[in-house]
Amino acid sequence: MPDNFAAGFSEDAHSESHNPALLHHFAEPQQQRDAASLGMWVFLATEVMFFGGLFCAYLIYRRWYFGDFAAASKSINMGLGATNTAVLICSSLTVVLAVWAAQTARRTLLLISLAITMLLGLTFLGIKGIEYREKFVEHHVPGASFSFENEPIPGHPGQFANPRHAQLFFSLYFVMTGLHALHMIIGLGIFLWLFIMAWKGRFTPEWHTPVEIGGLYWHFVDIVWIYLFPLLYLIDRHP
Amino acid sequence: MSGHSKSSPLPTYFAVFIALLIGTALTVYAATLDLGRYNAAVALTIASIKATLVALFFMHVKGASEKLTKLVVVAALFFLFLLLGLTMTDYATRLWN
Repeated sequence: MPDNFAAGFSEDAHSESHNPALLHHFAEPQQQRDAASLGMWVFLATEVMFFGGLFCAYLIYRRWYFGDFAAASKSINMGLGATNTAVLICSSLTVVLAVWAAQTARRTLLLISLAITMLLGLTFLGIKGIEYREKFVEHHVPGASFSFENEPIPGHPGQFANPRHAQLFFSLYFVMTGLHALHMIIGLGIFLWLFIMAWKGRFTPEWHTPVEIGGLYWHFVDIVWIYLFPLLYLIDRHP
Repeated sequence: MSGHSKSSPLPTYFAVFIALLIGTALTVYAATLDLGRYNAAVALTIASIKATLVALFFMHVKGASEKLTKLVVVAALFFLFLLLGLTMTDYATRLWN
């Protein structure tokens, strides 16, 4: 448990051969840390391409059906989207605080930061749920009961959006925000695990790699949302 | 990023945090203005600045001891732009003539 890790770093131990936090195929802790974070970055690169395909589909259809996309975008609750952006930014701050707390052996701050991060993550998903509920009530969910009749195209008085094209927008909206929400749920699982590990005192300034790379994942999910928010919610909002 | 015996990174973290919140408010405000075709450009510029801030300071790309990390980031962006760029040059030029 914590003693195992602490023992390896005490001055009298043969730290090179018995440092339990350092795996044998690494020369030094710094190299081990770099390897772990590089691995996470490679994974995030695949995630960029994963979301990239969806962004690409979005860009193509947005070009083709701009007016219909603008009309559909206007029906989404911008206030909830902006609030969620702020919630995620706050959670990114608590994540860097958690990493810093782990680096500097501040256990209480680490636990509080991880807990607030999870709380903010849940808040995000709750707000997302309210938003989805609105879409269900308004029959804006693609499928048999979809309805988007007589919705004006912004900037073109007297013109109405083509419901079929608007349905494409909502398909992309639900897939992209849904996939993002799935990442949030996975992130919450990771942070719950980090919290339990931190509670047991497993992290030390020498070894807190999970906090660091878990943080990288969380920030990446935040970055995806930073792009999703203007692209989905703010296509053409001016009166 | 080990942070051993360096000056506290907290002021930077809070400055970035404030900048991100201001960026969000700015995006919402800019969306209510009629900038014509530049609305999308402004929104994406602000989003990219925010994303860069998160990557550089929160994800510690700036000051990463491992240069390979930076290479992976650049490679990811390169292939993303390849995907988006080549696709859009096709779709954007189909109706020429």
